[in-house]
Amino acid sequence: MTAGTQNGSVGIVVPQTAHFEEPLLLACGRSLPSFDLVFETYGTLNPQRSNAVLVCHALSGHHHAAGYHSESDTKPGWWDECIGPGKPIDTERFFVVSLNNLGGCHGSTGPCSPNPETGKPWGPDFPPLRARDWVNSQARLADRLGIGCWAAVIGGSLGGMQAMRWSLEYPERVQHCIVIASALKLSAQNIAFNEIARQAIESDPDFAGGRYLEQGLTPSRGLGLARMIGHVTYLSDDAMANKFGRDLRSGTFEHGQEAAVEFQVESYLRHQGSQFSGNFDANTYILMTHALDYFDLAREYNNDPVEAFRRAQCSFLVLSFSTDWRFSPERSREIVEALIAAQKPVTYADIAADEGHDAFLLPLPRYLDVFGSYMSRVGEQH
Amino acid sequence: MRLDLTHIQRWIAPGARVLDLGCGNGEFLEQLQNARDVDGLGLEIDEGNITEAIGRGLNIIQQNMDDGLTNFPDQSFDTVVMAHALQAVHFPDRVLDEMLRIGRECIVTFPNFGHWSCRLYLATRGRMPVSKFMPFSWYDTPNIHFCTVKDFQQLCEQKGIRILEKDMIGNTPREPLLASAWPNLFAVTATFRITR
Repeated sequence: MTAGTQNGSVGIVVPQTAHFEEPLLLACGRSLPSFDLVFETYGTLNPQRSNAVLVCHALSGHHHAAGYHSESDTKPGWWDECIGPGKPIDTERFFVVSLNNLGGCHGSTGPCSPNPETGKPWGPDFPPLRARDWVNSQARLADRLGIGCWAAVIGGSLGGMQAMRWSLEYPERVQHCIVIASALKLSAQNIAFNEIARQAIESDPDFAGGRYLEQGLTPSRGLGLARMIGHVTYLSDDAMANKFGRDLRSGTFEHGQEAAVEFQVESYLRHQGSQFSGNFDANTYILMTHALDYFDLAREYNNDPVEAFRRAQCSFLVLSFSTDWRFSPERSREIVEALIAAQKPVTYADIAADEGHDAFLLPLPRYLDVFGSYMSRVGEQH
Repeated sequence: MRLDLTHIQRWIAPGARVLDLGCGNGEFLEQLQNARDVDGLGLEIDEGNITEAIGRGLNIIQQNMDDGLTNFPDQSFDTVVMAHALQAVHFPDRVLDEMLRIGRECIVTFPNFGHWSCRLYLATRGRMPVSKFMPFSWYDTPNIHFCTVKDFQQLCEQKGIRILEKDMIGNTPREPLLASAWPNLFAVTATFRITR
C-alpha cells in the first residue's frame, strides 16, 4: 500500500463555528465566560457515531487540515497528505474533526478576539492556556457534535501532547491515541528555543507590550524572526544541506566583486518568516509556545508517566522520525517505555527520514504505510 | 507456520501476556492471539515486517534487541519468546539474561548447528554449511552466533537457568524419535522452555 500521494482530496471544505455560552474553567484558575471554536469536518459520521476522529494541531496549525477553501486555492490544508479518501486518515471511512484551538488566531476565541469586559482585543490579557484547556474545549465540541467516543485522537508535535492528555482526561472517550513526533514534556533545549522566539517577538518595538492591535501595529519583524528560529529546529542538518547546501541566491565570491552575497537558505528563511508573520498572531505564538513549555504529562501523577498512563483505556500508536532533533525518537521511546510499563497496548515505529521534525507533515512512503495500516485497524473496529 | 512455532504454542498459557522478540511479520503472535487469546507485544526491526504486523492488528515495537531491553520492567510478561533469533543477536547470553528478567518464563528456539548435515557438510567440504534452512554465506549472514543443542544446554547450566521442557524438531517424520534420542545430532531446530 502506498496511500497518500496518488489518492484523492476531500475537495472544497467550509469552516464552521461553534459558539459555547457555558463558561470554561481554565487550568490557570480563570474562566472564559463564552468562546468560539472554528472547525472543519471531512467524511461522514456513521449512524452509530463511532467513526469520529479528532485531529489536534501543532504550534502554528489551525482548523484547515485538508482540502481547499475555494477553487482558486493553491495550497491544501496543512495535513492534506494524511487526510482524504484513501489516505491514512481515510475520509471514506472516518468522520474527521479538525479545529482551531482556543487561543488560536484563525477564528477561534483567542488574543485577537474582543475581551467582553473592555471591548478591546484581549491581547496579552488573554488567559494562559494549557493542553488540558484545549482538551476540555475539544470535549465540548465533541458533545456538540454528538460524539461520545473518538475512534482516534491524533496529533503531531504539540498535537500529540493533546492526544495524550485526552487519553488521561477522558479515558472513556478515546479508543486510539496516535502520538506523532511528540514528547512527555519539553527538554530544556526546547524551552530555550521557545524563549528565544518569544524574546524576538517581545523585543520588536511594534509589539507594544502585546497591545499592538489596539495601536494598529504588527510586530512582523519579531514574529518573522521567531518563525525563522523555529523553522531551523524543524529541519535537520541533512535536510537543509540537501535543500540549500551553500547555494547562492545572489552575489558571487569572485575576486574583485563587492556585491553582497546571499545564500539560498537565508532568503528561504526570510521568506518563511515574512510569510508567517502575515498570517499569524504574535500573542497566539507566545501563548502556544508557553503551553508547549508548561506541558508535562506526568506532573500531577507524581512525575511518573507510568502512573499517568495507567489511567488510559485506549491503544496507542507512537511514531517518531530518525532525524527529528526537536522531538527526537528518544522522546517518543520514553512515551513507549511508560506505556509498556503501564501495560497498555502500544505500537511504535521510528521512520527513517531526512526531513527532521517537519517529516510528520510529509508524504513519506513508510510513514503513510505504517500510519495507514494502523488506521485500517482503527476503522475495522467500527 | 514454521514447525518450531507450532510446537511451542502449547507452552503458552491462554490469556498470557507474551513478548515476542524478533516477531517477524507477526504471524505467530496473531496465531497466539486467535488460538490462546494472549495479550501480545512484538519486537521487530525490519520495516516491512513491522508494517505487515501492524496490518494484522498486532502491537509491535520497533526496537533492536542488541540495543538492550532495559525499557521492559522486571517480570512484566508471563512468557518471553525468542524464536530463531538467538543466533542473530550480538550477545546471546545477555539477551537470555534480559529475557529471564522480563518474563516469568521464556521460550527459545534456534537452529541446531550440531545437526549431522552441518557436520557432514563441514567435514566433507571443509566449508561453512549453506542449505535451504541456512541459506546465507558466512560473510553475509544475520546468523552470527550459531550454537549446538549441547552448547545451549551448557550455557543454561553455567547461568543457573532451569530447563523446564525441551522439544527437538527433526527433518523427517522418522526423525522426531532420533531427534529426541540424540538431539545434538538429529535436531534441526531446538526448542526450550526455560526459567530462572
